[in-house]
Amino acid sequence: MTAGAKKRKEAPRLLMGNEAIARGALEAGIQIASGYPGTPSSEIIENLSRSAAERNIYVEWSTNEKVATEVAAAASFAGLRALCVMKQNGVNVASDFLLHLAHSGTRGGMVLVSCDDPGALSSVNEGDSRPFARILEVPLLEPGDFQEAKDMTKWAFELSEEIRNFVFLRSVTRMSHASGSVIIGDLPAETRRPAFRHKGSLLDPDNGPVISLFPGIPELKHGPQQEKLRRAADIFEKSPFNTYQGPEKPELLIVTSSACSLYSREAVHLLGLKDRVGILKMGTTWPLPPELVKRHLAGTDRILFVEEVMPFLEENVKILAAEAATDLGIKYFYGKKSGHIPSVGELNPDLVLSALRKILNLPSEKDPSDFLKKAESIAASAAPHRELTFCPGCPHRASYWSIHNAIELDGREGFVCGDIGCYTLGFLPCGFGTLKTIHSMGSGTGIAGGFGQIRRFAMNQPILAVCGDSTFFHAAIPALINAVHHRSPITVIVLDNRGTAMTGFQPHPGLAVSAMGEQAVDIDMAEICRALGARVEIRDPFDLEETQRTLNLMMEEAGGAQVLILRQACGLSPEKKGKKLFEVKVDESVCVGENCGCNRLCTRIFRCPGLLWDGQKKTARIDEVICAGCGVCAGICPSGAITKREAQA
Amino acid sequence: MTADPYNIIITGVGGQGNVLASRVLGNMLVRQGYEVTIGETFGATQRGGSVMSHLRIAKEGVWSPQIPRSRAHMIVSLEPAEAVRVLKDYGNEDVRILSNTRPVYPVSVIAGDVVYPPVEEIRSGVQALVPGARFIDATEEALKMGNPILSNIIMLGALSGFTPLPIRRSDFKAVISRFTPGDALDMNLRAFDKGRELMKKGKSKSVKRKQKSHGGKI
Repeated sequence: MTAGAKKRKEAPRLLMGNEAIARGALEAGIQIASGYPGTPSSEIIENLSRSAAERNIYVEWSTNEKVATEVAAAASFAGLRALCVMKQNGVNVASDFLLHLAHSGTRGGMVLVSCDDPGALSSVNEGDSRPFARILEVPLLEPGDFQEAKDMTKWAFELSEEIRNFVFLRSVTRMSHASGSVIIGDLPAETRRPAFRHKGSLLDPDNGPVISLFPGIPELKHGPQQEKLRRAADIFEKSPFNTYQGPEKPELLIVTSSACSLYSREAVHLLGLKDRVGILKMGTTWPLPPELVKRHLAGTDRILFVEEVMPFLEENVKILAAEAATDLGIKYFYGKKSGHIPSVGELNPDLVLSALRKILNLPSEKDPSDFLKKAESIAASAAPHRELTFCPGCPHRASYWSIHNAIELDGREGFVCGDIGCYTLGFLPCGFGTLKTIHSMGSGTGIAGGFGQIRRFAMNQPILAVCGDSTFFHAAIPALINAVHHRSPITVIVLDNRGTAMTGFQPHPGLAVSAMGEQAVDIDMAEICRALGARVEIRDPFDLEETQRTLNLMMEEAGGAQVLILRQACGLSPEKKGKKLFEVKVDESVCVGENCGCNRLCTRIFRCPGLLWDGQKKTARIDEVICAGCGVCAGICPSGAITKREAQA
Repeated sequence: MTADPYNIIITGVGGQGNVLASRVLGNMLVRQGYEVTIGETFGATQRGGSVMSHLRIAKEGVWSPQIPRSRAHMIVSLEPAEAVRVLKDYGNEDVRILSNTRPVYPVSVIAGDVVYPPVEEIRSGVQALVPGARFIDATEEALKMGNPILSNIIMLGALSGFTPLPIRRSDFKAVISRFTPGDALDMNLRAFDKGRELMKKGKSKSVKRKQKSHGGKI
């Protein structure tokens, strides 16, 4: 990414939004970057970790997002530039520290990047991190294309140092995981030498201790913080990141930001409305620069807000319009509140098209053509729905098989509280519908601990929780401590697949390697649990029989919180990917097919994508392209028709 | 280039190398002077779900990373049922289709809840609607070469003979060496060439058939 930067300065490169953000941070001269993996944000830290040695920067995957912001803030306090990256949910986790940091302010430039996931393409909630900027009272930037993603990130550090507070930069999936042209700039040659100056007076922002607030005297810190925000608004009045395209007095003004500005442009282009509709693309979305917004409102009576998830621009512009109502007069607003823009889910050019058609009374879309009708009828039979499932060779399928069977055998209607990771899919048929609650990171163990306490009111159901290895370190430990301390009779199953698998196999504190590939201290989760006083068992989930037997024993004996670690590396982990452990075959002469009492247990229930049902021969079969060679299915066939043989290296 | 932006969708199922194919193609076209915007869907959807990349190939400017409905010019599908799925949402009378023939069965099909029609039926259905649609046995060829994952590169090679865009072997070589480890370069080049070869073979076949149907006057 850095090689030959000067030589090829002029030629644009095709960069992913996340690569552009990483590049912007490097051009700003960051020396520290921290984060916790989460789609769609993970590639930013990954890219920086690859540049770490060359650029002499420190990059870490922190235990969780709150810790990540604390690590970055320390660098800022010592005068260095620091970047902190997370997905939208991470801001929820980090918010406690951030709310304090916003009071204390920062020294070296600090930028917090949140990548939101409108439409929850890779999330179990749909959230908008932008309102946090308002709650935190810090400036918010939203890049509208890939060049801006780089340039804005770089500039965010300058702004942070100008106002002495951290700056919030929000991206979305269609920006972070999309790619486009970026002309890169130079990388700074010099690095800063850190020093934490703390001997000055308590109110000295450069040399004193860094304290969030003096109890009972909010004016001393909260007052200056709000002044910083007003300065940001002044600076935003002239920001090149706020652009306007369209006639001087448009019939309709679109106010938009981020990827939605690209959808808006495309919709206006397709309908040929560039002389009638103007697009005000805001890059500085909190605080809105009031004069700029009012100037644009003055040029039109009708305003459409095009944005995803929350009506953030919509509400903030309406407040400005209300404040200036005596000058601006009555305006007609369209957006989420009016129902012209959906209030949930991702937007796209077509949704903007249909809003424009309605507002401007344009002819509605033509009826679907013959072509589309025919295409739909073919698709009805030829494009069967693809439900999400675990990959072939995934240890979670084996784990859930055993957990499900153990609960059934136990017969007391036990249930499992779920958590966040690939294994969240355990509520679906691929996990045999095993998970019965799913919320945020670490919540499975916390909720299970609560269920454990209500067993005292004559509830007899066994209570289990699952969490991944990265999730265990991220947020499950305090919940487990709570359960152990209060003698909550639960079984916590750690699905330890040796990495943060869902997001691309980033390391976590349980592994002996850091984000930069350096030696790290691998923290033994079993020892942590034992030190808490919990009973701990470790099994290989690919050993179905032993896993199920252990679980049944633990469920029977649960007197307090206990932990079962099911350890088997992810099928996509670098050490396993593309390597088959076993050659798996179905012996067609042994498989009794539909006449077997199992009623196609392997394909109908186990549902591994590597298995096939041969409708003609009426036997199961292995798909050699898909099968990952884990050999687990050999253990589930009651006839012993599925055989495994160690693969030749 | 017949349209600006020229809209390509590369589709398939998680794990088929769809994202790599779109990045490689995008970078090849950047080398030819185009401005390229790519939108991708991956993450949780990768776990057995459909994966789509939208490429906007333009003389200039950034375009929406999502192609508006019914506005694809070219659909490249690494899996036959996915070609149909994309056709329904993004197809139109002028769309071109290049598809792999090897199915990746959804688990609902494996479980017996839903039927996956014979590939021949999918092919004839698609070709009835899009007469020039091409189906090639990319996965079978990749298996012959020793690794099914090469099917995405075979499809890229095939695409080079199927579109007005300048998809050059030299650009492929330059780009793929940035994306994959050194020892994989030769294998990838052979896969790319295999795709071009398959496309050429198919072309001459269809010409022959056409000549025949004209009643042997030649």
